[in-house]
Amino acid sequence: MIQTDYLLIVIGMGLVTYIPRWLPLLFLSRRGLPEWFAEWLDFIPAAILSALIFPLLATTGEPRHLDLLRPELFVALPTLIVAIKTRSLAGTVIFGMVLYWIAGKCI
Amino acid sequence: MRPGDSQEKRNDWPHAIRDGMLGAWPICLGYLAIGLAFGVIAQKAGLHPLEIGCMSLLVYAGSSQFIAVSMLSAGAGFFAIVITTFTVNLRHLLMSSSLSIYLRGLSHGWLSAFAYGVTDESFALNVANFRERDWDWRRALVLNHTANLAWIGSTVAGGYGGQFIPAGAFGIDYALVAMFICLLIFQIRGALYLVIALISGIAAVLLSICIPGNAYIIIASTAAATLGVLLKRSGLSRKLGESS
Repeated sequence: MIQTDYLLIVIGMGLVTYIPRWLPLLFLSRRGLPEWFAEWLDFIPAAILSALIFPLLATTGEPRHLDLLRPELFVALPTLIVAIKTRSLAGTVIFGMVLYWIAGKCI
Repeated sequence: MRPGDSQEKRNDWPHAIRDGMLGAWPICLGYLAIGLAFGVIAQKAGLHPLEIGCMSLLVYAGSSQFIAVSMLSAGAGFFAIVITTFTVNLRHLLMSSSLSIYLRGLSHGWLSAFAYGVTDESFALNVANFRERDWDWRRALVLNHTANLAWIGSTVAGGYGGQFIPAGAFGIDYALVAMFICLLIFQIRGALYLVIALISGIAAVLLSICIPGNAYIIIASTAAATLGVLLKRSGLSRKLGESS
């Protein structure tokens, strides 16, 4: 059985997670956006993907600190080249996984 | 009506379901690895697989679920956990804003169903697909919900016996990192995008070291995007464009 206390916490978590996902879709998909805002949104995917990946590759630990000697980072460089050369999502994902797997065996 | 939607073939669900499900594979692979790990940790923290599945269904946000489980086992209360979850997941506000460009004119009901499935991974993949492939809201919606099912299934499976699966087999832990790297490359459509991505990434690294939590994602990306608009408007982008 699921405890009521637990269920309430999960429902609360669900609501505060859903609302930021929901409101922009509801409001922004219905109106014309000012040009500067459309330009700003156009930069968001590149900016946010970088902001997600770079710390994943170059930092570690709790509290976080810089660490440029991680296999994650070493594997990322050839993976990046494969992505640029092939522009293939499948090829890049499989290449990255295999290389990371081999790196794990070697270290 | 969206461009391309006029073709009869694009409007039918069977094709959309097939394309959306097939398109979700890199996310499913990555979620399998993270979901099993989450299930194992949650089970060790005393959660029943049913409770794990309930959280994956109602919250569906990986990193905040890890944090919530560690807070639960530390005895944290309702408000502490809910407020932490809110701040951790606030970055989806930006992702939904960015996706809204591609979902113009969709009904409130479909938008609400779509919003549920906006994650870092589905956002990255759908934005790339809308741009590079023959993609529409139906395919994106199916991709979202396929990824969601993979997440729920793998977290529950982890709760039942994920510890028996060898960690890190076949480099599966790297699937999402490699996917993000490739999707970032797809987003670099000129010198200005490259500059903005580098600034955002370096700023995120520096901020992530200085401030706890994951506010660095929002701060770095909004600052870099703002800089992008300013540079574009100042005409610097033309100079960058000429030099590349």
